[in-house]
Amino acid sequence: MTTLMEPPPADTVPAPAPRPARRRRGFGYPRKASIWTYGALLAVVAGSVFPLYWSLVVSSQTSDAVTRVPPALIPGGHLFDNIARVFDTTDFGRALLNSFIVSGSITVSVVFFSTLAGFAFAKLRFRGRKPLLVLAIATSMVPHQLGIIPLYIMMAEFGWTGRLTAVIVPGLVTAFGVFFMTQYLGRAVPDELLEAGRVDGAGTFGLYWHVVLPAARPAAAVLGLFTFMQAWNDFFWPLVVLQDNATVQVALSALASGYTTDYTLTLTGTLLATLPILIVFMVLGRQIVGGIMQGAIKG
Amino acid sequence: MVTYLQQARRAGLSRLDTKGSPYLYIAPFFLLFALFGLFPLLYTAYVSFNDWDLLDAGSHSWVGLANYRELLQDAYFWNALGNTLSIWVLSTVPQLLAALWIAHLLNHRLRARTALRMGVLLPNITSIVAVTIVFTQLFGRDFGMVNWLLGAVGIGPVDWQAGTWSSHLAISFIVAWRWVGYNALIYLASMQAIPHDLYEAAELDGASQSQQFWRITVPMLRPTIIFTTVISTIGGLQIMAEPLLFASSQTPTGGSDRQFQTVALFMYEQGFREFRFGYASAIAWTLCLVIVVFAIVNFLLTRRIADDED
Repeated sequence: MTTLMEPPPADTVPAPAPRPARRRRGFGYPRKASIWTYGALLAVVAGSVFPLYWSLVVSSQTSDAVTRVPPALIPGGHLFDNIARVFDTTDFGRALLNSFIVSGSITVSVVFFSTLAGFAFAKLRFRGRKPLLVLAIATSMVPHQLGIIPLYIMMAEFGWTGRLTAVIVPGLVTAFGVFFMTQYLGRAVPDELLEAGRVDGAGTFGLYWHVVLPAARPAAAVLGLFTFMQAWNDFFWPLVVLQDNATVQVALSALASGYTTDYTLTLTGTLLATLPILIVFMVLGRQIVGGIMQGAIKG
Repeated sequence: MVTYLQQARRAGLSRLDTKGSPYLYIAPFFLLFALFGLFPLLYTAYVSFNDWDLLDAGSHSWVGLANYRELLQDAYFWNALGNTLSIWVLSTVPQLLAALWIAHLLNHRLRARTALRMGVLLPNITSIVAVTIVFTQLFGRDFGMVNWLLGAVGIGPVDWQAGTWSSHLAISFIVAWRWVGYNALIYLASMQAIPHDLYEAAELDGASQSQQFWRITVPMLRPTIIFTTVISTIGGLQIMAEPLLFASSQTPTGGSDRQFQTVALFMYEQGFREFRFGYASAIAWTLCLVIVVFAIVNFLLTRRIADDED
């Protein structure tokens, strides 16, 4: 579907502007990093990575390692025993599957509706466009978490408590997604391209399908990543509404509860629950960093 | 060949398309938000004026402001509000300062630039549950690594969960650790937008690097700093998962003496443990008002600073 749109002919792509000659007086901006800068940054990164590394250490040792003084600092060889124990103790496989279903559905829906609304806000003229856009962005300020009691009452009315629908449906759209796609499409889709499509007789949905969606792919990927991670990590609402039909975060919190926590088991679960997100982050971290920084400039 | 009639019909349809379709495209967002975002919040207000017991579905009675009157006299509520503000300040202020410093470090010509940025962001992509569980182990009284490290410099084992300040510090650390890298990237983006000639001029005037940082970088970032403060306000005042999971029993009292129960956690306790939905809704609305007040103060601050710059 996305291949229907030919790439724009090369001559419409603006040539890169010549770099402005920078006055150099022995220094340039940004400054070159000193050894101290590198040292400090490496310390920060080490602090960021340490808790996850620690999970790996604990989950690959026997149970007595958590109480060892001084603590163990090198991973051992018992990772797969501990993983097997997690799957024996709780229905972790079901929880992982639930989380994939929930996060996958929410991601597809958010990307689709955000691109559609972003297209309308960025490229179509209609009465009330500005105020409606401001209203859409303002909704992101609403503290949703405070509405959970009536939301729970609603879900009970619908008979959705304990069902994944109760988590998926309220997550189908996000204000952030609409804002993000509006910003991106405003820049990425030239009006001339849409005009050409109109002359060829395309309706607005035709323009959306053949012009906007292909152009939106890079931003849609970033938005999809954000949405997936957020849905995957969501805890409070699933805890309240899903009960025994747990997502991975709820299952993890159940593993950790109790007066004597088996930390070897719990941290193995932590590692398992984080792994899918970690893989996504390793592969596409550059885009995620870029997405946050682009959003910030306009924010 | 297209007849006149067909042309006219097509023009009419196309006008309907251009006039009407934009509303169709934005409608799903507004409808779903109204149903699952706005309506529950408004309905919370209605519920808060009732004696509403879940176990007793359907039999709720209008009690007016009784829930709010009870709330204002509830020592547990004031305790929770104090804890919330304390954790919010303890997590936000050091966090934003550290983020500023990290952004400054990242704002150099660096090798492995992307890897360093990703490393800084890593905490933010891990879940609250995972992060809190790992840190709760690290902050453990008997075998936690934090106490082991403190012991190495002669500070005796701290029972982090037991004390008010110690638990607030630990929870604030967890919150700050998870968000500092995210805010650093936001500051970095704004830093990169500062015109270089400002620094070059300052350098010619003999300003030191730290002078340049405090006199140029920080003032230029003020709108962004206020923005991140507002966002941290809205998020920070709603904190509940961290204190819930920080108690190993995961009871929503926030420790045996409620020493780290936040307002949102108090709402959860009243709603889903005591099943007092009316009272919990009153807590929700009161917290909402607190958040709005803080957000407005911050907004006015933002506007004033923006005016100053004009």
